[in-house]
Amino acid sequence: MGTGPYLEFEKPIAELEKKISDMKDFSIGSDVELSGEIASMQKKLDKLRTEIYDNLTRWEKVQLSRHPKRPYTLDYINAMSTDFIELHGDRYFGDDNAMIGGFGMIDKQKVMFIGQQKGRDTKEKLFRNFGMAHPEGYRKALRLFYMAQKFNVPIVVLIDTPGAFPGIAAEERGQAEAIARNIREMSRIKVPIVVIIIGEGASGGALGVGVGDVVMMLEYAWYSVISPEGCAAILWRNAIHAPEAADALKVTSPDLINLKIVDKVIKEPPSGAQNNLQEAAEYVKEAILGALDELKETPVDILLLDRLQKYRHIGEYDE
Amino acid sequence: MAWFRKDKTGLAQQEKKNIPEGLWTKCKSCGEVVYGKKMEELLWVCPNCDYHFRITSQRYIELLLDDGKLELFDLNLTSKDPLKFKDSKKYPDRVKAAQLKTGKKEGVTSGIGHVNGIKVSFAIMNFEFIGGSMGSVVGEKIARAIERSIEMELPLIIISCSGGARMQEGILSLMQMAKTSALLAVLAEKKIPYISILTNPTTAGVMASYASLGDVIIAEPKALLGFAGPRVIQQTIGQDLPEGFQSTEFFLEKGFVDKIVNRKDLRSTVTSLLRYMWIN
Ligand SMILES: [Zn+2]
Repeated sequence: MGTGPYLEFEKPIAELEKKISDMKDFSIGSDVELSGEIASMQKKLDKLRTEIYDNLTRWEKVQLSRHPKRPYTLDYINAMSTDFIELHGDRYFGDDNAMIGGFGMIDKQKVMFIGQQKGRDTKEKLFRNFGMAHPEGYRKALRLFYMAQKFNVPIVVLIDTPGAFPGIAAEERGQAEAIARNIREMSRIKVPIVVIIIGEGASGGALGVGVGDVVMMLEYAWYSVISPEGCAAILWRNAIHAPEAADALKVTSPDLINLKIVDKVIKEPPSGAQNNLQEAAEYVKEAILGALDELKETPVDILLLDRLQKYRHIGEYDE
Repeated sequence: MAWFRKDKTGLAQQEKKNIPEGLWTKCKSCGEVVYGKKMEELLWVCPNCDYHFRITSQRYIELLLDDGKLELFDLNLTSKDPLKFKDSKKYPDRVKAAQLKTGKKEGVTSGIGHVNGIKVSFAIMNFEFIGGSMGSVVGEKIARAIERSIEMELPLIIISCSGGARMQEGILSLMQMAKTSALLAVLAEKKIPYISILTNPTTAGVMASYASLGDVIIAEPKALLGFAGPRVIQQTIGQDLPEGFQSTEFFLEKGFVDKIVNRKDLRSTVTSLLRYMWIN
């Protein structure tokens, strides 16, 4: 904690952190007794932190979901599971590094992990294509869903994507078909599926691996039909109106609970998951095991019926 | 996902040109000028280049169904405003404007009809209704059309025309992709055929759900088909798109439609397919 980079709304926190750290440095080399002062500033810092994070706007939460230090899919997998065996390739075209998957153990629970993976530095970001999968990524995911079904292993999907990749090659290889097929097939996979949006949940790119029995999201994640910037560019004709679009689209975890799309919000450590991966991963792990406890006891025919009904009834209209 | 609606240089303009007006009509694709009455006879297909002008849902019903008859279902479904969505306009005002413009309550017309004596569950999307965008009502009407197929054991025919999900209903519109696709999985298990017909344009959330899930997918010539909108792709990759990219012909070449079908052959093609897939 206490090392940047910082988001705009984190600046007052950063300044106070620096003051405290300076004072600590100073107190080491001098006889002046500062511990009382340091303690009181630390208290002030905690209060400031709570104040800021309890009052984040939707747009600030979207920014937090993209925090450069936010844990990514593999960070969670490595933090909460042992013996993760990554599996590669869609068996048709290639291996998409924006979508990862494989077997892992959470305590004594076997699972099949699937999720989009972002990169941290420039080189890794390009390697992961910013977490934006091509059709082969969705087809790799589908292959692993079928394998999970074959060996009766529950599926855990961790979603973190700014969208399915919009590019020439993606269109040539059938991005729409790949996503459509996944959505249809996921609705009938005969093992429990737990879906968690850990960061960004953008549009069809998220839903293409996002159909499940229990759908949860982290406190500061967002999930929407379109990114706030994309929506602003179309309806406000300028992406700078993204904060208004985020409010209009209602993209944050409390919104998705209100709209009954998400079953549960997983709380994050104070000031966000980026401040304590271990703690964040612990919460995610608890949520997964909690959900699976119940789903594993459900007979397959009931599981599939419940899953179908869950989606069948989404929508608001008059008649 | 509904990327096109304010795209003045793209489809919005194309849409205007597509609405037949006056005595003479100029082809959007090749510039050919054709006498309006002649165009009506040609089913609004350019005699020079085969470009298919957009026609109304009613016209398709007349083209495809016996005696142009469709027993209408779910006529009273209307949109609510679950997000209280407002940009430059309030969402309910957009819906009202679309209702006035089209004389319809929402963007899908659906029911039961016959194709050469074969009883079918039928649904068609209306692009004039907020760009054919899919909100809760569109999703629900498609879902019920699929359920009629399942319950009454009728082949399903959907004519798609859409820019994608309806942003003004946010996440609820995204979930219509899952609602419709999940029911199509049940339909497939019952071995009931589904013919998906794609018209200009079919993109984004609709293309990435039921439009792509037909047992057979047929498309009109020169339609815009794809996941992402051309402008979004152009901005992402920072270069011009190849000629014919995301057209019906491109989709056929890449293996994502079965057949390009001229409007005049739609009825006979659907009939042949249903005889193979459904009639013993
Ligand atoms: Zn022409």
